[in-house]
Amino acid sequence: MAKFLVDNREIEADEGTILLQACLDHGIYIPNLCFVKGMDHPSASCRMCFVEVEGERQPVPSCTVKVKDGIVVKTDTPQVRQLQRTAFQLLMSVHDVDCANCPSNKKCELQRIAKFLKAPLKPRALEIYLKEPRIDESHPFLDYYPNRCVLCGRCVYTCGQRNAQSFLAFSKRGFNTVISFYGAADLSTLDCPNCHACVDVCPVGALVLKEPAKRTVPASSDLGLTPKPLEV
Amino acid sequence: MNRMGNKDPDQVFDVIYKEAERRNNEFLADPAPKIHLGMATCCVASGALETKKGFEEAFAEYHVEARIHTVGCMGHCYAGPFVIIDHPASGFPPIMYNQVDAGKARMLVKSFLVDGDPQLEYVYGAMQENDMLPSVMEFSRFNKEKRVILEKCGVIDPEDIYDYIAHGGYSSLVKALKLQPEAVIQEIQKSGLRGRGGAGFPTGRKWEFARQAPGQEKVVICNADEGDPGAYMDRLILESNPHQVIEGLAIAAHAVGARKAVIYVRAEYPLAVKTVTKAIHQATRLGLLGRHILGTGFDLEIDVFRGSGAFVCGEETALIQSIEGYRGMPQHRPPYPAIKGLFGYPTVINNVKTLASVTPIIDHGADWYRQIGTENTPGTAIFSVVGNVVHAGLVEIPMGVTLRSLIFDICGGIPNNKKFKAVQIGGPSGGCLSEEFLDTPIDFDSLTATGAMMGSGGMVVMDENSCMVEVSRYFLDFTQKESCGKCTFCRVGTHHLLKILERITKGEGRDGDIELLETLARDIKAGSLCGLGKTAPNPVLTSIRYFRKEYEAHIYEKRCPALMCRSMIGYYIDLEKCARGCDACVAVCPVDAIFTTRNRKKGIDQQLCVKCGECMAACPPQYDAVRRVSPPSLVPYVEKPPQEEKEKADGEISGG
Ligand SMILES: Cc1cc2nc3c(=O)[nH]c(=O)nc-3n(C[C@H](O)[C@H](O)[C@H](O)COP(=O)(O)O)c2cc1C
Ligand code: SF4
Ligand code: SF4
Ligand code: FES
Repeated sequence: MAKFLVDNREIEADEGTILLQACLDHGIYIPNLCFVKGMDHPSASCRMCFVEVEGERQPVPSCTVKVKDGIVVKTDTPQVRQLQRTAFQLLMSVHDVDCANCPSNKKCELQRIAKFLKAPLKPRALEIYLKEPRIDESHPFLDYYPNRCVLCGRCVYTCGQRNAQSFLAFSKRGFNTVISFYGAADLSTLDCPNCHACVDVCPVGALVLKEPAKRTVPASSDLGLTPKPLEV
Repeated sequence: MNRMGNKDPDQVFDVIYKEAERRNNEFLADPAPKIHLGMATCCVASGALETKKGFEEAFAEYHVEARIHTVGCMGHCYAGPFVIIDHPASGFPPIMYNQVDAGKARMLVKSFLVDGDPQLEYVYGAMQENDMLPSVMEFSRFNKEKRVILEKCGVIDPEDIYDYIAHGGYSSLVKALKLQPEAVIQEIQKSGLRGRGGAGFPTGRKWEFARQAPGQEKVVICNADEGDPGAYMDRLILESNPHQVIEGLAIAAHAVGARKAVIYVRAEYPLAVKTVTKAIHQATRLGLLGRHILGTGFDLEIDVFRGSGAFVCGEETALIQSIEGYRGMPQHRPPYPAIKGLFGYPTVINNVKTLASVTPIIDHGADWYRQIGTENTPGTAIFSVVGNVVHAGLVEIPMGVTLRSLIFDICGGIPNNKKFKAVQIGGPSGGCLSEEFLDTPIDFDSLTATGAMMGSGGMVVMDENSCMVEVSRYFLDFTQKESCGKCTFCRVGTHHLLKILERITKGEGRDGDIELLETLARDIKAGSLCGLGKTAPNPVLTSIRYFRKEYEAHIYEKRCPALMCRSMIGYYIDLEKCARGCDACVAVCPVDAIFTTRNRKKGIDQQLCVKCGECMAACPPQYDAVRRVSPPSLVPYVEKPPQEEKEKADGEISGG
């Protein structure tokens, strides 16, 4: 067991536990998007979970820090907040804010972070850039909304944990990066077991189960429905 | 036999060396003239293949017995193809000629090789001091350089391992194999060698980490991804002297205890891939690689991996991902590759230049190396100097030389009587420095302190006509495209930086843009996951810091002080200077914007003008009448005669 300080509060956790995990377990919220419990090498890509650790020159993502006895952590410093606010603004500058029509409304991590940081959902200083097409309907059971996606990669990771190989992957590069579906040349024959683990793990509403009537292939759960061809 | 029951590497190597020496002596003893011809990609691009053919055809035509010795790049890319003609019977020392095309090759064969006249007006310089011809050593381009890494580039035939060995090659490996690995690491630590891949991490420390990391299998990787636009020294080294890198790699492997090594070269470097692959085969055939190297217990297998050329794949963790078959995305460190690298094995990743420095360090010793360069950064730096500079090309200088000396003494300064304005150092991740930094010594720490960095050694020199906002935009455009897309700051943040810069260069800058650029840039630096995002804002931050006025002029006055941003400039014709009846500009204007005034001079229709500047280039120098100004409101009004009057005026011209 390691004893350490977070915002002047003493916390105990197993040595080597991921700091973000330990904080969350103790009810200390740190904004985070890309971390999934149980990851042994977190991707540290969303850049939300910054904290200051005594002895480090700069804020570090808490999902990359392993708990050690005696470390001193601050989750609420001006520098940390500055980075978190900017990261959040950047994410929202490529986000189609339309909460009323989003299945994730009220349980969305972005809404939670906005409230926590007291930051507006629509960034004031930055222009908004949205991607086309607005929906990728190529998957037999799922629809993907790139302008909701924060590219946290939780879905890719979770699918890979559950199935031998992930059916989701990052594709394209840089600013144009999106999540795409892989595994079959013709996606309608995709071997996806329709476990919707990806949908469940998505912190926003970027992956949505197709309505039964719109599915291109019957899902195991509703065999018997006539498959409707993909709309082009 | 030594105590390990293996053969003595000295004895095994001696046989190989004798053979190399024999071949070299045979080459030297051959009385026929020798033509040393640079055949690296840059020389080939400027026509070296035709030059070679020109020589061969001329030999046949004039029945000349001569030998062509193909070598790598000599680094003088401003005037390739270069040849050195060694014609002892003529009484002249070896002579260097520049820009030798097939025609010049023919001429030289006829007049020098046949008639003994070296054609003084074409001579670039003699390769030795002598009484007859100026020697290249009189040029600061030659005498201020210090060649450690490039020593044998342009001297030996990169495709002939014996040529390398005859010039001292592989003796460092022999020396290293006789030392304990720890002693090799100690020597490298003592030399103070710092990684030339950009960050300047002490090489000996890196090796020690990997050597001490738990695990039997270790790996060493040579990083030849070289993705910086404008940098090509790694390519040049692999094309011109691959064995020096292979030898350094083998020494590194021996030191850390690796039996596997990988050379990661970008696939866009086909000649480098070919040359280095051939070199590995040759070295393996001679027992300098493979099993029981030089009769010892040391085994090493080197693979060449062709990367698909993403800039970010030069970042060490992305490079590893890419070899492992994943998308080239950087990973959070720690763990550092030296602890957990390729397929989980402790892995040393070193740049081409770092490994090529290892070989001479082991050869001449750490103390020798420490005499070159500065206390904190011993050794040499290679820069590819491009832009508004007289002698562009590759230069190897001792660390500590000032920017001024490099740009003005060694590279000849700024052409066309223009003024120096800025120098961008370290490629797209580097910074833009103004004149006041010209006396900064070149080394890792001094450059970092200015906000620029050593980076890959790319250097772009800019004269007074370069717009700093546009330059930042250019570099951001590159990094933004090369972002892997993994982390928020770099993926989205650099896109915003670019869009704001684009806006400013288009004359649509807003109040607050500079501050927004600064905040975003600082947060991107602090928040990004890998070095790409952490350094991408450097051009913006440094140019704002050192050229803020230029940003302000763009935003608040809609003026581009360097007269570069098209939306903010205008062209007009100075009626005092314009020659009546000259039509030079009219002929080149792509949009017919130039009209004839009442008194038969020329004016530019500002509505039609697309600001290409063709008229300015076409106006004869004795008139020099076209002016470029910013903002466009400075363009004086010139009345355009109505259509019929124009025709009348035209008629007068043709009639008169
Ligand atoms: C975006 C990015 C690109 C890089 N590209 C290269 C490269 O092309 N070649 C290289 O040697 N190092 C490159 N590096 C640095 C490597 O990550 C690594 O530090 C280097 O290869 C270590 O070698 P050294 O110790 O010999 O300098 C790059 C780093 C970053 C962040
Ligand atoms: S779809 Fe959801 S889980 Fe997947 S990357 Fe996007 S936001 Fe993350
Ligand atoms: S900083 Fe840029 S290149 Fe590096 S991981 Fe983040 S997105 Fe990828
Ligand atoms: S949760 Fe740590 S960076 Fe995303």
